[in-house]
Amino acid sequence: MSIAATECLLRLHDEHHELEDYQSGVPRWCTGCGDNAILAAVQRLCRDENLRPEKTVFVSGIGCSSRFPHYMKTYGFHGIHGRALPIAEGVKMARPDLHVFVNTGDGDCCSIGAAHWIHAIRYNMNMTVMLHDNQIYGLTKMQASPTSPKGLKSNTTPRGAYLDALQPLTVTLGVQNVSFVAQAVDWIPEVLYDILSAAFHHKGFSFVRIIQRCPEWLPKMFEPWLHDPQRILLLNHERGLQVSPGLAKVYKNQERHDPSNLNRAREIASVMDPIPVGILYRNPDVPCYEVLRRSDQLRSADFIKAGLEAEFDKFTVWPQEAQERVKPHA
Amino acid sequence: MNETSLLQPVRAAGSSALSRPDEKTVTTLTEHVVEVISDSGEGAQRCGQSLGGIAAKMGNGVWTVEIIPAEIRPPARSVAGASGNRIRLGARRVTNGGNETDLVVAFNEQVLLGRVRAHELKPGCIILLESMWREDSDPKIAASYKEVHGQLVAAGYRVYEIPMERECRTVVADARRGKNMFALGMLCNLYSLDLQLGRDQIALTFGKKDKSVVASNVKLLEAGHEWAERNLDFKFRIPAQRATEPQIVVNGNTALALGILASGMEVCAMYPITPATSASHYLSDVFEKVGGVVHQAEDEIAACAFAIGASYAGKCAVTITSGPGFSLKQEGIGLAVMGEIPLVVVNVQRGGPSTGQPTKAEQGDLLTAIFGSHGDAPKVVMAAGTIEDCFYSVIIARKIAETFNMVVVVLSDANLATSQQPFPRPQFSEAWLAPPVDQSAVPERAKPYDWDASTGLARRFIPGQPHGMHTLTGLAHDTLSHVAYDAESNEHAIHSRSLKLAALQKTLKTPPVFGDAAGDLLVIGWGSNKGTIEEAVEGLRAEGRKVSSLHLTFLQPMPPGLKEIMQRFKKVMTIESNWSDRPEDDLIDESNRRYSAVAMLLRSRYLVDVDCWSEVRGQPIKPNTIRRVILEKLGRP
Repeated sequence: MSIAATECLLRLHDEHHELEDYQSGVPRWCTGCGDNAILAAVQRLCRDENLRPEKTVFVSGIGCSSRFPHYMKTYGFHGIHGRALPIAEGVKMARPDLHVFVNTGDGDCCSIGAAHWIHAIRYNMNMTVMLHDNQIYGLTKMQASPTSPKGLKSNTTPRGAYLDALQPLTVTLGVQNVSFVAQAVDWIPEVLYDILSAAFHHKGFSFVRIIQRCPEWLPKMFEPWLHDPQRILLLNHERGLQVSPGLAKVYKNQERHDPSNLNRAREIASVMDPIPVGILYRNPDVPCYEVLRRSDQLRSADFIKAGLEAEFDKFTVWPQEAQERVKPHA
Repeated sequence: MNETSLLQPVRAAGSSALSRPDEKTVTTLTEHVVEVISDSGEGAQRCGQSLGGIAAKMGNGVWTVEIIPAEIRPPARSVAGASGNRIRLGARRVTNGGNETDLVVAFNEQVLLGRVRAHELKPGCIILLESMWREDSDPKIAASYKEVHGQLVAAGYRVYEIPMERECRTVVADARRGKNMFALGMLCNLYSLDLQLGRDQIALTFGKKDKSVVASNVKLLEAGHEWAERNLDFKFRIPAQRATEPQIVVNGNTALALGILASGMEVCAMYPITPATSASHYLSDVFEKVGGVVHQAEDEIAACAFAIGASYAGKCAVTITSGPGFSLKQEGIGLAVMGEIPLVVVNVQRGGPSTGQPTKAEQGDLLTAIFGSHGDAPKVVMAAGTIEDCFYSVIIARKIAETFNMVVVVLSDANLATSQQPFPRPQFSEAWLAPPVDQSAVPERAKPYDWDASTGLARRFIPGQPHGMHTLTGLAHDTLSHVAYDAESNEHAIHSRSLKLAALQKTLKTPPVFGDAAGDLLVIGWGSNKGTIEEAVEGLRAEGRKVSSLHLTFLQPMPPGLKEIMQRFKKVMTIESNWSDRPEDDLIDESNRRYSAVAMLLRSRYLVDVDCWSEVRGQPIKPNTIRRVILEKLGRP
């Protein structure tokens, strides 16, 4: 995508942004909703990375969490249920120069949009994807989602959810071309920020599952984990998450995990208790689909014309005189 | 047939006289419909396409139609397995596939039987039939051949038994693979076509392969030509006029893909579906050469969403599909309508509903195109009427989509998709191309949906434009793109989106009437029936009947002036390839009759008593059928 020279010059002049430059309106999420913590972390990240608001796009589907873009003072695309990922892919393909973020819920991503999720991992387009996983449908008022624990009573499972919960991390880690998988929880903001920052800096499809509380429908769901730091397994590594001394005092249950170790990542991902938090997998060498597919050719009118005329030539029946003169296929 | 008989002119079973080859009279024709059919993979399609190409170069009018079995590999020698091509050759420009077949080359009697049973052959049709089956080592096959041959002769067809494979074996080792070029040589002879053009065609077709492949195919071509010259007792000539301007010979799907190329669009997202996919095959091959991307998405919904995302952030994008995929895309189309994101959706219609008839032609998706997606979702719908239209429609669609920030649906169908007809080589215009993506700053505090009160139009803010930041949403929204459920905002937005259709309608021209501006009957059609309707109308007008026709390219909005046109005729009817209830059915009366799509639209919009006639036989309506329908509607003069 070509840009004007003046635009380039403008960029040399480094702009500075404040938090307010990314804040738009007062979120209408419930008090104590994990979405608020994610929003705060993301706005901080945008400020710290000094992202140009007009060059940043948040794409979402439908659900509580998908209201996210409305609270960012960037470009946003609040799409339709389940389709945030293919919309974001189109954005990225057309405009690799944009910073693309995706906010999607457990229903949006893991249920109605599950096909897109699998394929988005495979495309590995450069974007940061936040799976806001509260294990329940909130906006439609408490129905079981694919990540709801077995036995959870909801409006559609009054006698308890029938099936074991789908594990977003193991699914993601099982797909070819996976390049970045991390897990955070909304109640440890410092780690949430660090993980989102690492995800943003990873070139490829960065998938961050964020376990978050729903104070309205599942107010007690994560109480045991909140009150017992031992039930969080912090993953640390010099190439992964580096745990601050302060945090280490509280969260003593840690594992040194090399994010390049896919097999160990899969093992960690399959554990639900303690909840693993950190960067499970990172592979910077997986090619990005938009890089594979896009040509950097400047699409001038002459260039398109030349391509088109060459195609016309293939199918042209020339008048006899012209054919004798031109003989394009002789 | 024995060896010596080969030296004598082959006498058609049922034909009266034997003539010496040197005494052959050349019959001049105004047109002929030729078929070449075989089992899948025997090359009848290539033979037919080549014949069309040669005739086009001669300057004949040409329309070729693929004959496609529904299965990938139907069993050999099966009645349902006919694969090949139907070529209508004319002294003048040909606008459709025409009536039943006049001459058929068949590689076995079973595929031929399929065509006979489908009533695709004219009474007395000339049949050039591979005769090797008569001597087949499998007695069942030999018996079947003899039985069918006997029936065909008894039915009055002029059957010539031709030992094609045996003759080919005198030239090449693997005769089964070269038979199609032998057949092409025969056809070149029978229609007095320039054999050198045949050689050129082979060089073009096999140019990428080894020179020996070209050489052996040329040998087969020449052998077929020579054999027909020596052994067949008839010959035709269809006068031709060489075009003075270069012509493009492609099918409708290739024309669509060329249109995408020429429109300056950069992203095409699709999912494989018949009969749309061949457009994407071709586009996949060439789009990258001009910096475009064909994205094969994981499903139809994703393809639509991907195109919407690309459009939202850049130039208008396109998604190509057929019926079932079009249904799947409807929610996404509604999103594009709601967000006012330009989008081109191409639907190469097939037979429906559900999986329906994937390879067959039908015009059953018009109402879905106009009214599809829930809620009030106004979008532009246009239909290509010719192969040439397929090319230009996409360019126009892109332009409208970006001017009005609307979804534009381009309807084609399985008939146009696979048919070939020459049209003048387009002269490139820079005006076809999409403008560069606007990245200039928008005025501070400008509203993303600052709808113009009279046209409903609003400037689109594209990511990258400073001060334009907003969140596009599929929820009801106000001028700031804020979610708004209040009554005023909702009506304001729906009102504005609807006005855009009216604004476009004011720019459309009244379509020309084919024939006189007034008369006894006006026949209205759309899509690929254009050429057929006009041919039938032209024929009847030459006989003094007061019938005219009107072709609609824009179906939503409809162009101005239609009511005035219709009012100048005593009767108005549409002819369409979709279902309409038969008035003669016991249960059907005026209170319950379901009309064809355009008839229903015209009746409801203009309060004109528009009748309709339609069929859903999976193939283009024939000119003779339309002629009969018109005559019935006109009544006795």
